[in-house]
Amino acid sequence: CVKRVPVTGGRITLTDDEQDIDTRYLGFTVSPHEECAVEEAVRLVEAHGGSTTVLTLGPAAAEEQLRDAMAMGANRAVLIEADGPEWDGGATARAIARVIADHRDAGEAYDLLLFGNESADAGGYQVGIRVAHLLDLPCVTGVKHLEIQDGTAVVRREGPGGFEIYEVPLPVVIAVKEGINLPRYPSIPGRLRAKKAAVERLFMEAPRPALEKVRMRLPQGRDKQVEILGDGATGIERAVEVLGHIGVMQS
Amino acid sequence: MILGLVEHDGGVLPEPSLQMLTLGRRLAERLGEPLAALVIGPDAGPGVDGLAAYGVSVVHHAVDDRLDRFAPGAWAACVADLMGRTGPSAILAAGTDRGNEVMAHVGARTGLPVAANCTEAEPGEPGDPYLVTRLRWGGSLLEDARLHGDVKLLTVAPHAVRAEEGPAAGEWSVGEFSPKLQDADFRVQVARQEARPAGKVSLPEARVVVGGGRGVGSPEGFGPLEELAELLGGVVGCSRVVTSLGWRPHTDQVGQTGVRIAPDVYIACGISGAIQHMVGAKGAKRILVVNTDAQAPILAHADYAIIGDVQQVVPALVSAIKETKSR
Ligand SMILES: Cc1cc2nc3c(=O)[nH]c(=O)nc-3n(C[C@H](O)[C@H](O)[C@H](O)COP(=O)(O)OP(=O)(O)OC[C@H]3O[C@@H](n4cnc5c(N)ncnc54)[C@H](O)[C@@H]3O)c2cc1C
Ligand SMILES: Nc1ncnc2c1ncn2[C@@H]1O[C@H](COP(=O)(O)O)[C@@H](O)[C@H]1O
Repeated sequence: CVKRVPVTGGRITLTDDEQDIDTRYLGFTVSPHEECAVEEAVRLVEAHGGSTTVLTLGPAAAEEQLRDAMAMGANRAVLIEADGPEWDGGATARAIARVIADHRDAGEAYDLLLFGNESADAGGYQVGIRVAHLLDLPCVTGVKHLEIQDGTAVVRREGPGGFEIYEVPLPVVIAVKEGINLPRYPSIPGRLRAKKAAVERLFMEAPRPALEKVRMRLPQGRDKQVEILGDGATGIERAVEVLGHIGVMQS
Repeated sequence: MILGLVEHDGGVLPEPSLQMLTLGRRLAERLGEPLAALVIGPDAGPGVDGLAAYGVSVVHHAVDDRLDRFAPGAWAACVADLMGRTGPSAILAAGTDRGNEVMAHVGARTGLPVAANCTEAEPGEPGDPYLVTRLRWGGSLLEDARLHGDVKLLTVAPHAVRAEEGPAAGEWSVGEFSPKLQDADFRVQVARQEARPAGKVSLPEARVVVGGGRGVGSPEGFGPLEELAELLGGVVGCSRVVTSLGWRPHTDQVGQTGVRIAPDVYIACGISGAIQHMVGAKGAKRILVVNTDAQAPILAHADYAIIGDVQQVVPALVSAIKETKSR
């Protein structure tokens, strides 16, 4: 499951109504965690057989992110079209779970449901967990290593006291973190295939949000004045002085 | 009653839990309600006494033999059980990996919304939604939101609130209870733990971090950065472009989907200053930039800058530091 988000560069600009990021001049992507989720799915299918479906809930334009995932190797793409204001985590999870249950009832049951640990923009840390509960499946989050051994997912993540290892029989929901793999760059044939592939579309009515966005704000930045120490070699002497003042030259 | 789920690290109360309790106490005072805490598992005992100083009047200690190894679903079941027994108006946890995970399970079990990583919470009149402020984009953006639900569930962003002791509650009690737990709550439970590799200073704790971005040019280009870090007793970090190119392992990545650092000085070389990178360096006390582009966005975050090529500036800096040290 992936979510379309803008690629913000050095700074964020908000729309006048403070409801969204002004995306007029921006490109779009998905969270690095989700890119890794797609890569992990594609690798598992390469190793064990099967197929990968990629799903998103978002505006019609989110088709672009589905095609990106198909260029990486996903076989099937589903877009839950939800124009209008952003859905909260609970509503998003209900919609996703419904589609997954429909696929199951149609004979297309998933062994593994992969999510990002948290979405890039909303950062709710919950959609995967909520989907797991709705489908009565176990769920492990924060996963940085995943292996499938005899129908069991053996996963590893960081915990407060070291690495935690979990062993959970499939089917299971897993939320991954960037670092679990290094996503591939899609090949040219992959891109061409993805361009022509079909995207299934569904429409769902926006529910009333239970976590209701009022407005967005930029955090107060520290007012900083940068001191240019110099151009190239001319800055070195001052830099050494500065490091001395900061007190990191003693070690 | 406001209920706080307190994590415990072998008897030590972690800072994010104390920050959460500080926000919880403020809410409790506003509402004229007591502040209670929940601790879970057999090793929770030792830290409990420290909670009184934060204004906690009742500690509920969930005890069950099966709680010896962490199980997110079982922790959520403890919270849900206590919710049924004591009827809190809000439940808070720290916005840590564990806190966010357990609260999401609680939200999923109860069907209630969860506001993750809040920096502020305003209760309003009884029955009203809370007005919360929460982090988006890992903290690059703030959202004001109305949090609905009969019981308000939220986590408190680490380091958004300063942990402060408060007036101790008049009466103080610690009580054990046996939560209602089912086998299904243990479907996911730690099978075993592995120690983190010891030795090197870790990025989040390093006093000096030397960061490299695309401008470093190649994996070998990091050699001089390593040397600089070594000289200053620090470690090397990097941007996401660098990990995506396979130049450095992801464990070195600073930023929204990497590590958060808080050094005395962050020396950022050939890094443009994308918000997703800078949010990971928010804790840095000073930032020294090396960049060929005097207009790079990172200069807006910098205290000092050398405008120049990493490949020339960093080796020159290394020599100059060696020379100064040898004097
Ligand atoms: C949801 C999301 C999460 C992300 N999470 C992270 C994250 O955790 N961490 C992260 O770092 N990024 C993250 N990113 C990516 C981020 O947006 C930027 O793409 C990335 O940080 C840019 O890396 P960079 O500064 O190395 O490269 P660039 O942006 O390409 O900048 C290179 C800089 O090097 C300078 N330069 C070039 N040559 C030289 C030279 N010879 N000497 C000196 N300077 C030189 C240039 O002037 C430029 O400023 C995330 C993006 C998204 C969408
Ligand atoms: N609109 C969405 N469409 C598809 N997947 C989503 C959507 N929102 C969240 N997710 C998935 O759920 C994960 C956690 O999201 P969140 O709970 O918002 O932090 C994300 O990394 C995605 O994998």
